[in-house]
Amino acid sequence: MAVSVRLPTVLRPHAAGKTVVEADAGSVGDIIAGLVARFPGMSGHLLNESGELQRFVNIYVDDDDIRYLDKAATAVADGAELTILPAVAGGA
Amino acid sequence: MLSIEREIYLDIVAQALDEFPLECCGLLAGDPATGRVVRYYRCRNAAESSRVYTVDAKDQLRATRAADDDGLEIIGVLHSHTHTPPYPSPTDVAQAPDPTWHYAIVSLAHGEASLRSYRIVDGAVTEEPVVVGPAGG
Repeated sequence: MAVSVRLPTVLRPHAAGKTVVEADAGSVGDIIAGLVARFPGMSGHLLNESGELQRFVNIYVDDDDIRYLDKAATAVADGAELTILPAVAGGA
Repeated sequence: MLSIEREIYLDIVAQALDEFPLECCGLLAGDPATGRVVRYYRCRNAAESSRVYTVDAKDQLRATRAADDDGLEIIGVLHSHTHTPPYPSPTDVAQAPDPTWHYAIVSLAHGEASLRSYRIVDGAVTEEPVVVGPAGG
């Protein structure tokens, strides 16, 4: 059993239109690095120039926002679901 | 074009008034092909500000899953401008993540609610028509 990674609409074109892709269990950082290696078009959406997670991306392990867990070090076990969504913000 | 059922439009205006003087926000779900909104998910403005908004991350996940369960997609975001016209600000444009989304703004400026919607592609803003109509129409 693996980890299911649920992609937002903006990333699906980089993964042949798939909504969900599979990854090996590991840390959130490992899984994102693996995604970028498989689908290089996702790189700028997910990582900044220093290779850290972009601020304007929300990542969840099952129901929890990783900002309130261990961020990129959060462990993702087999059978878990990792969801990526673009953060939505703006101003007046 | 963005088309919104009348009940959803009224819910959006009610939320903007309820949360005034803070900006309110929520996610629009429907059919990406037609721009027809059939659900609106009120979300918490995590910024709790009258000048900026951030859709609460947990509310966003909840809305996205609810839309999925109903065979819908999140096709855009709504936020309120409490004291300025319903035109995207430089902040709105800079932070627009998705060229396929509808960026709807309800303004309460001048004591009257007005709703407009925009597409934002590579920093270029284009207004689109908004139709408020009956369910199924």
